[in-house]
Amino acid sequence: MTDTDHLGRPIVAITGTGIATSLGLGKEANWKALTAGVSGIHEITRFSIAGMRTTVAGTIDYLDMEDSSAPAMAEKLAGLVTEEALAESGIGTPGDFPGPLFMALPPVEIEWPHRRALAAAAGVNEGLSYTDLIRAGENGDFAAWYDRFLFGSVGETLAARFGTKGSPIATSTACASGGTAIQLGVEAIRRGECQAALVVGTDASVNPESLIRFSLLSALSTRNDPTAARPFSKDRDGFVMAEGAGALVLESLAHARARGATILGILEGCGEAADGFHRTRSSPDGKPIVACMQRALADSGLTPDQIGYVNAHGTGTPENDKMEYVGIAAVFGDRVASLPVSSNKSMIGHTLTAAGAIEAIFTLYTIRNGVLPPTINYETPDPTLPVDCVPNVARPAKVSHAISNSFGFGGQNVCIVVGAAPE
Amino acid sequence: MSPDRDALITGIGLISCLGQGEDAHMAALDAFAPVVDSAKFAPYAVHPMTALTLAAQIPKRGDQRQMEPWQQIGVYAAGLALDEAKAKGDTALLERMDMIVAAGGGERDYAADSAILAALPTAEDPERYLNEHLLTDIRPTLFLAQLSNLLAGNISIVHGVIGSSRTFMGEEAAGADALRIACARIQAGQSDICLVGGSYNAQREDSLLHLAMGHMMRRGEYAPVWARQADGGGAIAGSVGCFMVVESRAHAAKRGVAAKAKISGVLTDRCGRGPGQSAAIAAAQFAALGGKADAAISAASGATGPTADEKQFLDGLGLPVRAVASAIGHSLEPSFPAAVALAAMSIGRGKLFPPLDPAEQAFAGAPSRLLVTSWGMWRGEASALVQAA
Repeated sequence: MTDTDHLGRPIVAITGTGIATSLGLGKEANWKALTAGVSGIHEITRFSIAGMRTTVAGTIDYLDMEDSSAPAMAEKLAGLVTEEALAESGIGTPGDFPGPLFMALPPVEIEWPHRRALAAAAGVNEGLSYTDLIRAGENGDFAAWYDRFLFGSVGETLAARFGTKGSPIATSTACASGGTAIQLGVEAIRRGECQAALVVGTDASVNPESLIRFSLLSALSTRNDPTAARPFSKDRDGFVMAEGAGALVLESLAHARARGATILGILEGCGEAADGFHRTRSSPDGKPIVACMQRALADSGLTPDQIGYVNAHGTGTPENDKMEYVGIAAVFGDRVASLPVSSNKSMIGHTLTAAGAIEAIFTLYTIRNGVLPPTINYETPDPTLPVDCVPNVARPAKVSHAISNSFGFGGQNVCIVVGAAPE
Repeated sequence: MSPDRDALITGIGLISCLGQGEDAHMAALDAFAPVVDSAKFAPYAVHPMTALTLAAQIPKRGDQRQMEPWQQIGVYAAGLALDEAKAKGDTALLERMDMIVAAGGGERDYAADSAILAALPTAEDPERYLNEHLLTDIRPTLFLAQLSNLLAGNISIVHGVIGSSRTFMGEEAAGADALRIACARIQAGQSDICLVGGSYNAQREDSLLHLAMGHMMRRGEYAPVWARQADGGGAIAGSVGCFMVVESRAHAAKRGVAAKAKISGVLTDRCGRGPGQSAAIAAAQFAALGGKADAAISAASGATGPTADEKQFLDGLGLPVRAVASAIGHSLEPSFPAAVALAAMSIGRGKLFPPLDPAEQAFAGAPSRLLVTSWGMWRGEASALVQAA
């Protein structure tokens, strides 16, 4: 294998990965649970669920943190998975990563505990207004919260800690963000701007308001038990919010070889397409989903026949799974009946911003370990979606090339192609 | 790099307190008088958005209703840029047009927040009260008007830009990186045409609250960016929408559209803001961009420390400088794109606008190389070189 691809561009290798989900911290714990069909979804205990329609999530409860704000937890998770990925990759030296940082990060804003503290500091009850909060914010000692609730502060902290180069980029394309961050890294290496890039997707935004926001859009399952996430099932009724993070060290194959790194796999290509149909629904013809898969295949120089597995976006909402099936059927034709298409979200829930990065890593491990992770809770097949979703039990399979889909709320779609390490 | 891959600006959509479009901005800057609302958010002044006829760029009322003002501003500016680039309505082109948006988020439902906050201290079960009232008091689609990536989503829906869609978050740096990535992709042949920019609504109490916690804002009367440093400094926020259509020279030629200017390079970096660190980055960026410019357009925010440091750096270059936040206010995400847009307009018409601050020098000739700088209020250092196309 040469160091350049079918278009003469540098081949992008994956040399390090790190994962945290509700199933546990680290690749080993995650892969073991994922292939054993374990659900990480459970009742929320971090805050009161009194009055909520949805009371379960794939929260991460093993972080011991004083500040449980979404950006603080996202930053903590990102740090943990980055440490794991760097240790595996062996690239650079501690505090000196030789390339840029691309992050997938959820939007940041001041949260209710902070609003309540500002309201208390304002000392006004009757007729409280934002004018009072602003006065309290300016007069009080809240500078640390200014830093915390900047969109740029998670990236800044990680860039300073790991010594990444240049300006850290935090991207948000909703549930496709992790895929977008990977694509930014792949493109930077292909442009020759850098030999390596650190890509981190992280999300820890299960809090009362974000849960309620998705509830109000009728996007969440209200089954409220560990089997709530039911991708491709007839009785699927929504997704389950979850937390997690994934980190990948991307590196030009030439650079990885020159330093004798272990090549875990190849990031063969990326495709993206936006959808202008509706804010929460995808085009009824599935065109953007089809386009992003086809562009990813074209970018990798592969034909649909060469793909052995699809790591589905598979959220378990009635709409997503239907449209994803339509898209896969259009791209793969008759093979749709036999091509394995499974959804990690049946076990880890929907890690939102982080999903694209986490699921790309699981796709890599599917190839490396020769095991297809199952879609659990598959008891009532949806006859209109006749896919081989690897029902309930993991299955051995040799896969050389696989794709990972990520489709975002708001119409942003990304598809990643992962291939086996060269022999 | 082949000149075919030059990144040219073929359309600019700029809206601010000075008006909409190039003519309004150049006319207002040629005869500069500050446009400031000092009353509504006292003790803070803001530069308010010019009156917009939303239907001109967002024809469907249903679409308008689905957006908060920060998104309306962005979708409106994006439409102006597409108009100028002769891309509006060209479905075949828009289907393959890339998009990178620099976005914040929000905005809150102030009445709902305030009512909940006022009631919580006396509620029997405050957590339950919060949950129940968030479920009933927030309008179901507000989330969509708050999500950062939904500015891009709305541009796809309203204008049909669907080749690709990426949203960067991170205050000033996000705007600079959006432009950097758009240009780098075009120069490397990864993209032919890209809509890039962002928007900011300064007339928002939730973002003013955030700035207030960081003590970033000027209290009291308007003064230009440099002059106000002698008098407490601080940023005056400004509502701004700025999008640009950037495309390769070959692509623009094939479409037969004229370019306003060329973006020769965009460089971004970060540092922990130790003594001299920002200046060292800016000096390296200027050198990498050729070390030569006729004048500098600065996106300095007015925030006390970084603005003084940036002024010292620019003084050291000895160039005529224009701090455009004196006129349009500081707008975080779109602040750097807007400064680049004003540089491109100045180059396109062969004339730099007059000083906006007593400390700024006059410049008489036709500028052919303009340096654009941005030092974020908190982090992020960026430079661009804008040249004649």
